[in-house]
Amino acid sequence: MGLKSGDQGAMAELYDRYSSVVYAVALRVLGDTGAAEDVLQEVFLQLWRRPGAFDAARGSLGSWLAVITRNRAIDSLRKRRPETDIEDVVLSVAPDLAADAERTRAAEKVRGVMGSMAPAQRSALEMAYWEGMSHSEIANKTGEPLGTVKTRIRAGLIALRKAFQN
Amino acid sequence: MSEHERYAEDLALYALDALQGEDRARVDEHLASCAACRLELEQLRGDTALLALSATGPRPPQRARQRLLDAVAREPRLPRMVEASQRRSWWGWLGWAATAAVVIFALSLWRENSALRQNLLSASSRAAQNRRELEELRRLAAPILEPDAQRVTLVAAKAPPQPQGKAFYLRSRGSLVFLANNMPPLPPQKAYELWLIPASGAPIPAGVFKPDARGNASVVNPPLPAGAEAKAFAITVENEAGSPAPTTPVLMVGAGE
Repeated sequence: MGLKSGDQGAMAELYDRYSSVVYAVALRVLGDTGAAEDVLQEVFLQLWRRPGAFDAARGSLGSWLAVITRNRAIDSLRKRRPETDIEDVVLSVAPDLAADAERTRAAEKVRGVMGSMAPAQRSALEMAYWEGMSHSEIANKTGEPLGTVKTRIRAGLIALRKAFQN
Repeated sequence: MSEHERYAEDLALYALDALQGEDRARVDEHLASCAACRLELEQLRGDTALLALSATGPRPPQRARQRLLDAVAREPRLPRMVEASQRRSWWGWLGWAATAAVVIFALSLWRENSALRQNLLSASSRAAQNRRELEELRRLAAPILEPDAQRVTLVAAKAPPQPQGKAFYLRSRGSLVFLANNMPPLPPQKAYELWLIPASGAPIPAGVFKPDARGNASVVNPPLPAGAEAKAFAITVENEAGSPAPTTPVLMVGAGE
């Protein structure tokens, strides 16, 4: 008799689908494999403890996990207490990208859009996103007015949105 | 400058979790009364997700998976309800697809429950009722959610793995969960399209999907017209943008049981 054994559990299934996304985001922020593993563990345990925090009708699980992972990793990097409850993180539909090939393609597209931005805009967005710097910290570092930094960050995000709408 | 424009830049910072203290409180206050800005915040968070997803790198070490599963096993959310022998016969039949579907339905119900809780002033009794119903659902779903439950799909001896799809459709909610496995890979620019075949009229598009490297795929809550009655579900191969009507022969089809 042919016998095909199934998955060990829903959690294992979710882990296998999304752990590489979660780990890559945590590692990019923290640059340390041990710390990234801790965030990976924390994010999936939160999902296990509070599955109701994710709204399946809106957005995609992959994107939601990526966003809360980035936020947790920044909290860990900056040694601060989490300020946003995961249940309050609601995002509009974004790609799920459970499949590696699809994710690689989207990642290349994002890098393409980032590459086409003016260097000052790209670095403002990257400092805010991957280093968790506030707009005043960025303004201090670059010597630019606060308002300019804010405008750059928002315009950068909107540019990404537009690239994926087309 | 309109009210929304005034908040536009702060919303971007809020979406990045970069707004603290008084600035954050001010935006929170505005968000409480402004649906347009809440929507914009959700979109900006979606934009930040694109940035996050651009991170690529090595897979996590194997030990991280075991560490998580061990931690999950130490934290059973739900009581054990079914003995192993009974569980096996159940799960052999239901398989992983049913597991995932129940989990997804439970997720959306739990979310509804939490939304109700936030609205306690106006709906405290309904919330309590809802919570009781969800407790019952959790109790019923316990054996499905148990991480150590064994799940086995039996197929005919010596048969190669067959493509298999399962659709779970709740007409009253317009809610559809579809899961497939062993789906053959597709040529570039092509995708599978799922169709809801109504009792009368043309097939209704019910989502486009591509299998992952292991042949697994899912479609969760595609946009569907309200109250559509499903006689069957079917799958064709279409261009990856999807098609309003099937253009190729039906590859897989199934009627309700």
